[in-house]
Amino acid sequence: MPLLWLFLLVLAIAAGAFVFARTRVLALSGQDRRTLHSLPIYYGSNAAMKSAIPALLVLVLWLLAQPFYVNNSVSGMIPDSAIGDSSSRSLVLAEVRRAADGLDLAVATGQMTEAAARDTQADISDVTDRLSEAGAIVTSQITQPVLNAAQQYRVLNSAGYRIMSVVVLLIAAAGALWGIRETKPDFRARNVVEQGVRALLIAAASIAILTTLGIVLSLVFNTIEFFRLYPASEFFFGTNWAPSFSGRGGASDLGILPLLWGTFYISIVALIVAVPIGLFAAIYLSEYAGPKVRAFAKPMLEVLAGIPTIVYGLFALLTVGPLLVQVFGDDGLGWMQAGTAVMTAGLVMGIMLIPFVSSLSDDIINAVPQAMRDGSYGLGATQSETIRQVVLPAALPGIVGAILLAASRAIGETMIVVLGAGAAARLSLNPFDAMTTVTAKIVSQLTGDSDFASPEALVAFALGMTLFVITLGLNVLALYIVRKYREQYE
Amino acid sequence: MYDIPHQIQETAVTDVKIKAKDVQVYYGDNHAIKDVSVEIENNTVTAFIGPSGCGKSTFLRCLNRMNDTIDICRVEGDILIDGDDIYDKRVDPVQLRAKVGMVFQKPNPFPKSIYDNIAYGPRIHGMARNKAELDEIVERALRRGAIWDEVKDRLQAPGTGLSGGQQQRLCIARAVATEPEVLLMDEPCSALDPIATAQVEELIDELRQNYAVVIVTHSMQQAARVSQKTAFFHLGNLVEYDDTSEIFTNPEDSRTESYITGRIG
Repeated sequence: MPLLWLFLLVLAIAAGAFVFARTRVLALSGQDRRTLHSLPIYYGSNAAMKSAIPALLVLVLWLLAQPFYVNNSVSGMIPDSAIGDSSSRSLVLAEVRRAADGLDLAVATGQMTEAAARDTQADISDVTDRLSEAGAIVTSQITQPVLNAAQQYRVLNSAGYRIMSVVVLLIAAAGALWGIRETKPDFRARNVVEQGVRALLIAAASIAILTTLGIVLSLVFNTIEFFRLYPASEFFFGTNWAPSFSGRGGASDLGILPLLWGTFYISIVALIVAVPIGLFAAIYLSEYAGPKVRAFAKPMLEVLAGIPTIVYGLFALLTVGPLLVQVFGDDGLGWMQAGTAVMTAGLVMGIMLIPFVSSLSDDIINAVPQAMRDGSYGLGATQSETIRQVVLPAALPGIVGAILLAASRAIGETMIVVLGAGAAARLSLNPFDAMTTVTAKIVSQLTGDSDFASPEALVAFALGMTLFVITLGLNVLALYIVRKYREQYE
Repeated sequence: MYDIPHQIQETAVTDVKIKAKDVQVYYGDNHAIKDVSVEIENNTVTAFIGPSGCGKSTFLRCLNRMNDTIDICRVEGDILIDGDDIYDKRVDPVQLRAKVGMVFQKPNPFPKSIYDNIAYGPRIHGMARNKAELDEIVERALRRGAIWDEVKDRLQAPGTGLSGGQQQRLCIARAVATEPEVLLMDEPCSALDPIATAQVEELIDELRQNYAVVIVTHSMQQAARVSQKTAFFHLGNLVEYDDTSEIFTNPEDSRTESYITGRIG
């Protein structure tokens, strides 16, 4: 039975339970809902919840667990002798899965009967022919153990799915029965549904947290793998970035310093652009602009935040870069070789960050109580004196938080850098030189035909991990600053 | 008070500090103050009483043009301080507010140290030539605010860390520091406990020596305790204005009598 059908069936059982429980409780109360503890809809929801949620949970767990079990038992069927020198068990298992998929396809297209597909004594070359006729991707390496394992794999899987369907449907039905049996006028269905809502919310929160954990773990294992192949000291303190793509064992210099320098240089240029402009725009919008201007200007500013970064990258490549070359290039001051430079990427990234700074700062400035401003005006201060000496200090923790958030964005930005700053990893003080950042190099290390066991590819994970630690540090710092100033002001 | 220096008007020295004539205030279409004329005397505490929404705070805020910060608010009529029209085009409201200090309902110290809270006004208006002079101004203001003894050892502590009553006295000291001629107080004790209220009331009585004090209050007892003159507002009209003792013992208008005896309000 296809998964979708199973899912819909469970939902149908739950819906049935809902209607049944609702009708039943109304009947028990003699159509007088005032004698019920809860509204009839809660009795229905209770029954639906009890039938659907355990069944779907079991479904998900089963789907996660079954491949492990099947892989393990199939793996046991393959003798060590069947694994070639240049191969590994996981590669052979992949072959088994491919063969099993091919058998499925052959049965589906009618090239093979179900019985033939299960025939353990079948001739290998005949099977291979039939599989390729059916359009399955088969290598010539189908051997007897692989074919048997593939057949066993199919059998286990189809049996597993069949048992799963039955179990899930049984649980759904049992849950529905349980919910309906509970449905009596004095049953506190409302409280039970409340618990259910609470559990739903907790589940949503935990999924977000667990995903973060999963991302970190996936980075950690690959990073450890990288440091096994490449010395950590050379990675962190190397001043040269020159990966060789010629093959394994080639001399690659994978020093992170030029990349970190590029990242920080571009981010700093971006922040120098974004922080004053964003902050001043926020002050104008929140303190000076009338309601009409504000209603128009604030959404316009926030449109900037909605532009995809690749479009900013094009803007950098096609407009800002050539413009800067005209002024600072060989025809002008002679500092700039080409349109791609730290300055190009930094300026455009700064423009991208303006709405982040301004929108957050605007909210924070608006949150400063009017009593503060009144107090200052009452002493004969002008508007700008009031803003500079009273409003901004009161809003400072929030503004620092906004700036650090913008910094995190700048450090993690990729597309603008790829298009605007070039790809040359170098340590230079000239902001008109092409440089590159950690993120841009992660992209270039992982795109194309890369071998995931080589340090040249694995370095991407170490770079990602470093970046993650840096932005995490920035966020912690932001929280610390915000908390420290808040203590002082309350 | 004026942007442009001008001839000092040769007016007879009278006791009248503020003279308001036929003042009308509109919030959009809402006519909030109707035909209010009042003369506020120097070295006197004048209390504005009346039920909520009667316009007494609005009228108070006209006296230092705080209503200018509200877009939809419109003021008509004449308000003269020492004979000069404060709504004259030549008057800079920012300068005016330094002359007419204001204390608000809720204590609103700035998120700065106690010292910087007091020094804020003098610094803006360039009242001190050096640090020593500024120190002196701060100390004098804090002494006038009757809070010096409590904070002299922690001038660098944040002003927001003081208790409610201390904060309000700090705000009074802050208003006093710019050497105003008039002190406006908008329900200065409504957020304070009885002990802090007593301290602030005592302070108001002392401030009378140097300033004309105008206080808006909801407490009839407070008006009777601290003021010499009382004005009763009702629905945007000034109903009665007289010596406090007269208002409380022998009111002319029946509405005043009803209000102070608790029948309307």
